[in-house]
Amino acid sequence: MDTNVAAQGTSTALVGAKRRLPPEFNIFLVLIGIALVYEVLGWIFVGQSFLMNSQRLTIMILQVSVIGIIAVGVTQVIITGGIDLSSGSVVGMTAMISASVAQASTWPRALYPSLTDMPAIVPIGLGIGIGLLAGVINGQLIARTKIPPFIATLGMMVSARGISKWYTKGQPVSGLTEQFNFIGTGIWPVIVFLVVAIIFHIALRYTRYGKFTYAIGANVQAARVSGINVEAHLIKVYAIAGMLAGLAGVVTAARAQTAQAGMGVMYELDAIAATVIGGTSLTGGVGRITGTVIGTIILGVMTSGFTFLRVDAYYQEIVKGLIIVAAVVIDVYRQKNRKKV
Amino acid sequence: MTLSPTTMAAVRASGAVPKAEYLLSAEGIRKEFPGVVALDDVEFKLKRGTVHALMGENGAGKSTLMKILAGIYTPDKGEVRLKGVDIRLKSPLDALENGIAMIHQELNLMPFMTVAENIWIRREPKNRFGFVDHGEMNRITARLFDRLKIKIDPEIEVRHLSVANRQMVEIAKAVSYESDVLIMDEPTSALTEREVAHLFEIIRDLREQGIGIVYITHKMNELFEIADEFSVFRDGKFIGTHASSDVTRDDIIRMMVGREITQMFPKEEVPIGDVVLSVKNLALDGVFRDVSFDVRAGEILGIAGLVGSGRSNVAETLFGVTPASSGTIAIDGKALSIDSPNTAIKNRMAFLTEDRKDTGCLLILDILENMQIAVLQDRFVKGGFVTEKQITVACEEMSRKLRVKTPNLQERIENLSGGNQQKVLIGRWLLTNPRILILDEPTRGIDVGAKAEIHRLVTELARNGVAVIMISSEMPEVLGMSDRIMVMHEGRVTGFLDRAEATQIKVMELAAS
Repeated sequence: MDTNVAAQGTSTALVGAKRRLPPEFNIFLVLIGIALVYEVLGWIFVGQSFLMNSQRLTIMILQVSVIGIIAVGVTQVIITGGIDLSSGSVVGMTAMISASVAQASTWPRALYPSLTDMPAIVPIGLGIGIGLLAGVINGQLIARTKIPPFIATLGMMVSARGISKWYTKGQPVSGLTEQFNFIGTGIWPVIVFLVVAIIFHIALRYTRYGKFTYAIGANVQAARVSGINVEAHLIKVYAIAGMLAGLAGVVTAARAQTAQAGMGVMYELDAIAATVIGGTSLTGGVGRITGTVIGTIILGVMTSGFTFLRVDAYYQEIVKGLIIVAAVVIDVYRQKNRKKV
Repeated sequence: MTLSPTTMAAVRASGAVPKAEYLLSAEGIRKEFPGVVALDDVEFKLKRGTVHALMGENGAGKSTLMKILAGIYTPDKGEVRLKGVDIRLKSPLDALENGIAMIHQELNLMPFMTVAENIWIRREPKNRFGFVDHGEMNRITARLFDRLKIKIDPEIEVRHLSVANRQMVEIAKAVSYESDVLIMDEPTSALTEREVAHLFEIIRDLREQGIGIVYITHKMNELFEIADEFSVFRDGKFIGTHASSDVTRDDIIRMMVGREITQMFPKEEVPIGDVVLSVKNLALDGVFRDVSFDVRAGEILGIAGLVGSGRSNVAETLFGVTPASSGTIAIDGKALSIDSPNTAIKNRMAFLTEDRKDTGCLLILDILENMQIAVLQDRFVKGGFVTEKQITVACEEMSRKLRVKTPNLQERIENLSGGNQQKVLIGRWLLTNPRILILDEPTRGIDVGAKAEIHRLVTELARNGVAVIMISSEMPEVLGMSDRIMVMHEGRVTGFLDRAEATQIKVMELAAS
């Protein structure tokens, strides 16, 4: 019977199934394209190279590392079909709280004089822990009360920002230990970002956690019938996103060698933008960390390039908005074309 | 006709060529998608005032053809003529304005708007201030419904309507465009027998009025009941058009599959073992109560009943999707509390749900990801990591065994035909090596060939000692496959029938009692 033949034909094809270009390839081309445009404009208007300047590139990637760390968590949330608006505020909150136990005894106005000169692991652990807690609360709210993720994390966004202001009544927390500040020096933030990206790239691609994350985003009902404990899994995903925002808060404070209540404002939107530019679909089920990493770098290159070309900061924001919208428009078209095939 | 709020109908009427032989015809149609020729030199001719059925296995090309006729796809080659005039449809709206309306299988109504608003959307009657005139809109809807003998309140929100009533609204909407051609895609798949009868009445009325109806169905008895003519497609090719009075059921099947299917229901007597699943006084508040039955290893228990009788709810409760409010479920004599699908799977149960799209497929993911998702609960995972090689081999083997037609397992499941999607979902459950298999409408909306394969597979599973519970609206399927049939009506079990004594009439009597 001919179906039989066809079936056997597939079996050989299955093993040697041709590897399609990874979906990140297009985004990577966009990155290269943007960089080349700056390169050309640089020679024309500024008279120097954009790319051949390792110092500029280092600063560029340093600036977006914190966004990148958050975006790795946000990507996972968006793959489940959710959203996390709280990450920027969690950065502010965890920066404040971790810094408050990272002060040196030499600093005259320590918030907790008895808790000065702690080993760096304490503030770092505390920051990550607080972020994790915020994430668990987000997840619990979404999984148990079934309120939309947009609302649950909006609430956390407002409250966490409130906590960071209340914590010191608006005063910055300074005089941090050398040991704590170390994680923010040099290219350490970049290393943290890349390590986090690699860990969760592997988690999404090769572990059961990852498979379940995609399944929930693709069809939550089918995922449930297939035996996935959807509620427990969502709590995990939001907890991870919160934890990474906490880590980002620690890095932010360490990099600035001080913490302020206003840290991380709008970071959640940059992280969502990086994720979406990187090809993760807001409808859920689609997305990869590699794309998000490239999306993060695109954000960095854009900002860095504008500064390099001495473009007014006002224009920068206008253009950034356009690019984010353009990325989503492209995503929508991609989805549409795929349907037709 | 009195109902013509658009100028389109008038434009159309004036431009129409009188006395074309065919109302709608298509010739030499070719449509290619990347990697597949969906239609190859296909023809189709619809006469005025007839019901013309499109038959063919899934993937035969009938949906592609109908989407071309409805303006959703444009053909690569070939001509479409409406009343003798060449037309090139650019969009579904374009088709609608040319008098071709399509009623999709997934109904496209807006749940939070009223029936009348749904029908007249984009064409709302306005009062002199330019606001929507709801009174007038409801009146013309009532008039339209009168004409079609539909009894639905025009002011009710669509979300309160049953699937059958939504279907009626869709039909009324199509008729309100004064369409000459109505395309219906499996309109009866979710209707009860009474609703089907009503639908057929409406179709006959429309036919009298000279409307041509393209009717896609998998159900053979409908073809003989309602269709005047039918066209058969196979593998993207046109096989032929015949009057339905000229042929027998076997002729059609032969045309569709291109081979003889000698036995539709390959039921085998297999040794029946011990009771595996025992259900006592199971109830779900407000949905069903007092459901008790046993299923033995190797036995196929059919569950029959009308839509809404609680059949699917019993299945969902057994599997922990909606845990029971009272009663006991015992496996091998041990009472269990099945509070989630996860628990059910751990107890080696499997559940092929009724709605492939809503609760089955992970549409945007590939075949491999769809197939492995249930078994990952307890196998093919080491320290949290999925053992990619092993699971891929297992899925390949399964897809070969089930004869899933696909170039590779990296294909998205949404690109497969219904029958192949169903096979992937069955594969998902077989990988978990179940002892109790619950099948809810396992062959709904899939073609004859795939249907027979699934029946064969279920028989084989029974032979291997799996206890099977099969819910089906298709009487021949229930009668042909089951060892015993449990019939339900309005949330209660109204009786059991053994294979030997079960007939269509007896089942219907119990189902309607």
